[in-house]
Amino acid sequence: MIRAFGYNEFLFLLSAVQWTLMLSVIAFIGGGIVGLFVALGRTSDVKPLRLLATGYIQLFQGTPLLMQLFLVFFGATVIGIDMSPWVAAAVGLTLNTSAFLGEIWRGCIQSVPRGQWEAASSLGLRYPGLMRYVILPQAVKVAVPPTVGYLVQVIKGTSLAAIIGFVELTRAGQIVNNATFQPFLVFGIVAAIYFALCWPLSLLSQRLEARYAAPSR
Amino acid sequence: MTYDFQFDAVFASWDYLLDGAWLTVRLSFGAMAIGMVVAILCALGKTSGPKPVRWAINAYIEVIRNTPFLVQIFLIFFGLPTVGLRLSPDMAALIAMVVNVGAYATEIIRAGIESIHKGQIEAGLALGLRPLQVFRHIVLKPALRTVYPALTSQFILLMLSSSVVSAISADELTSVANNIQSQTFRSFEIYIVVTGVYLVLALMFSALFAGIYRLAFAYSIDRR
Repeated sequence: MIRAFGYNEFLFLLSAVQWTLMLSVIAFIGGGIVGLFVALGRTSDVKPLRLLATGYIQLFQGTPLLMQLFLVFFGATVIGIDMSPWVAAAVGLTLNTSAFLGEIWRGCIQSVPRGQWEAASSLGLRYPGLMRYVILPQAVKVAVPPTVGYLVQVIKGTSLAAIIGFVELTRAGQIVNNATFQPFLVFGIVAAIYFALCWPLSLLSQRLEARYAAPSR
Repeated sequence: MTYDFQFDAVFASWDYLLDGAWLTVRLSFGAMAIGMVVAILCALGKTSGPKPVRWAINAYIEVIRNTPFLVQIFLIFFGLPTVGLRLSPDMAALIAMVVNVGAYATEIIRAGIESIHKGQIEAGLALGLRPLQVFRHIVLKPALRTVYPALTSQFILLMLSSSVVSAISADELTSVANNIQSQTFRSFEIYIVVTGVYLVLALMFSALFAGIYRLAFAYSIDRR
């Protein structure tokens, strides 16, 4: 029985947005926390740490996000955990985001002039204090625009959770399309909702970049 | 933690996997080649076209860059038949990849074109080169050289994101993996092997791009 696309179907799509947003926020916060350590490892003086972080980034940037989600989803069964698509998507996206943010932030940390590191350590600051009070505050300023820009990638990435069966916006679109069979309308609306979420962030990122870039030019 | 790994089921269908990987490679290169043409034309339009053209290209770029690839695939594969354009999954996958990479590459190439100094173009014209020659030799080639790293990492991302086209069951690597998975139920084994194949493909792509760079762009320049 083919249903018409009506107000209820639209509401169903809209309510699925909360899951897309929830997944994005979890991936972003989780990925940010892990990513900070990845970035610190990547810029560390300790060679094994640096190699480990580099390998981690290579692994996640060199394989498809979809495969990563599959591996988390099916890998959990291997070690005997029954993982719901929701948890698998959150874990997979967190790991993926951490690798990308780690690499972005590595560049930001390394953009702080070498003299700042030397000055801080000659003032007697050890690594934790040096990072916390001298390097990171300066790196954060550089990091804001690309990080906001990457948030768009995170939101778009959550759409892949649909493939492992988690009902977020894209999966909701598939469900509505299966019932109404109006793919242009349904996926058009889905795309428009993603656009409404992502475009402001893209614009913000561009604006921030222009603002932060201005003084140094 | 007493899982019994069984990789023989995976390796039994290695020729099938190889077919899938081959289609992934062909789709990627096809999309790169056509996408480059789209991107160069759009970048040209965006930097020197009339206002409506610039506006349309901007809209294209922003829409593609701010919506998920998966939704774009669904729109093309499920949406186009409703207006009478029926596509095979492979064709729909190729079109979706071209449309997607075209938008990203346009922005990258535009940045390259804008980095070319106006004086260079004027010098070329003063030497009696035709506008098309100026564009090809003085604008495009140095522009591509400048943005080459960004462009090639975008291409590798394209190859990796092509795994998403398995959602419309184009017979590429991920689809093949899904099929083997549903026949053998060795999910983890098959996906770990396929992930490895993607990693190898990504490394091969970047080695190839490095080679192309050495062949095409390894002349010394001194812009100052």
